[in-house]
Amino acid sequence: MSKPFDFPKCLKRNTFHYCPGCHHGIVHRLICEVIDELNLKDKTIGLASIGCSCFLYFYIDVDILEAPHGRACSVATGIKRMRPDLFVFTYQGDGDFSAIGLGDSIHAASRGEKITAIMINNTVYGMTGGQVSPTTLLYQKTTTTPLGRDPQREGYPLKVAEILATFEAVAFCARSAVNNPKRVKETKNYLKKAFKAQLENKGFSYVEILSSCPVNWRMDAVSANYHVDKLTEVYPLGIFKELPPKK
Amino acid sequence: MKIKILEERCKGCGLCIEFCPKRALVLSDRRNLLGYKVVGWNSPEKCNQCGICYLMCPEVVFVREEDFEE
Repeated sequence: MSKPFDFPKCLKRNTFHYCPGCHHGIVHRLICEVIDELNLKDKTIGLASIGCSCFLYFYIDVDILEAPHGRACSVATGIKRMRPDLFVFTYQGDGDFSAIGLGDSIHAASRGEKITAIMINNTVYGMTGGQVSPTTLLYQKTTTTPLGRDPQREGYPLKVAEILATFEAVAFCARSAVNNPKRVKETKNYLKKAFKAQLENKGFSYVEILSSCPVNWRMDAVSANYHVDKLTEVYPLGIFKELPPKK
Repeated sequence: MKIKILEERCKGCGLCIEFCPKRALVLSDRRNLLGYKVVGWNSPEKCNQCGICYLMCPEVVFVREEDFEE
């Protein structure tokens, strides 16, 4: 167990490039803590996506590969099939996982690839300047929907965790947030369960983490943190599917 | 155990100040190399090392002092 105030062993001591108040840093730290606790540092390969998270190799001290936009689950499939002894996880944003890479992600899940996908859902394309993404809330203002997301024109928010929970080959599927201490601890618990599902060879595991994007939501860090509570009204938190342990 | 605040990592987002149950932290007037105002102690004697600032900090600013001795 890692204790409070322990700097995780596999987190490099570089300063994060994320905007003030962005939740990426919390999730990076949680992933490092879980990798440390499960002692996976020497056999982990991470897949970074395109987006704010593309500098993952600069912060996490495990082998990180950079996948083309949206293709992290496909690249992870190749690695895991060639080297089943390794632990493979992807770290993607909502634009990467649920817009450009939706086909790759859904098919990797439905094939039951033994990988772990972590999706950071902040409801906008963060890196490119806050454009509308499939998970944008209804009537939310973004740079490409200046009058708010109209369901007649841009459709309704895509609930990826609920979709993946209906697949037979998915072993673990959960959604959480990191905007208060309780949820941070829950998220760590979910990440651990997802990592263990892969280690026990049960199938595809998926954790979606609601995150804030203060700059593109045009808010300060603290009010963006509380605005995540509004996201949870549309995207309920919890475990949607969990296979029992193998006998 | 003594807690060290890594000021060069801090971006002054204020999440630790918001969630500190003892109100032991405050945004100081000092700036770091990147130009952000950094978090500092309001009343260090109130701190009971609950670890909530560590949980909520996106930049891993709060660490054990013995791990970061120069």
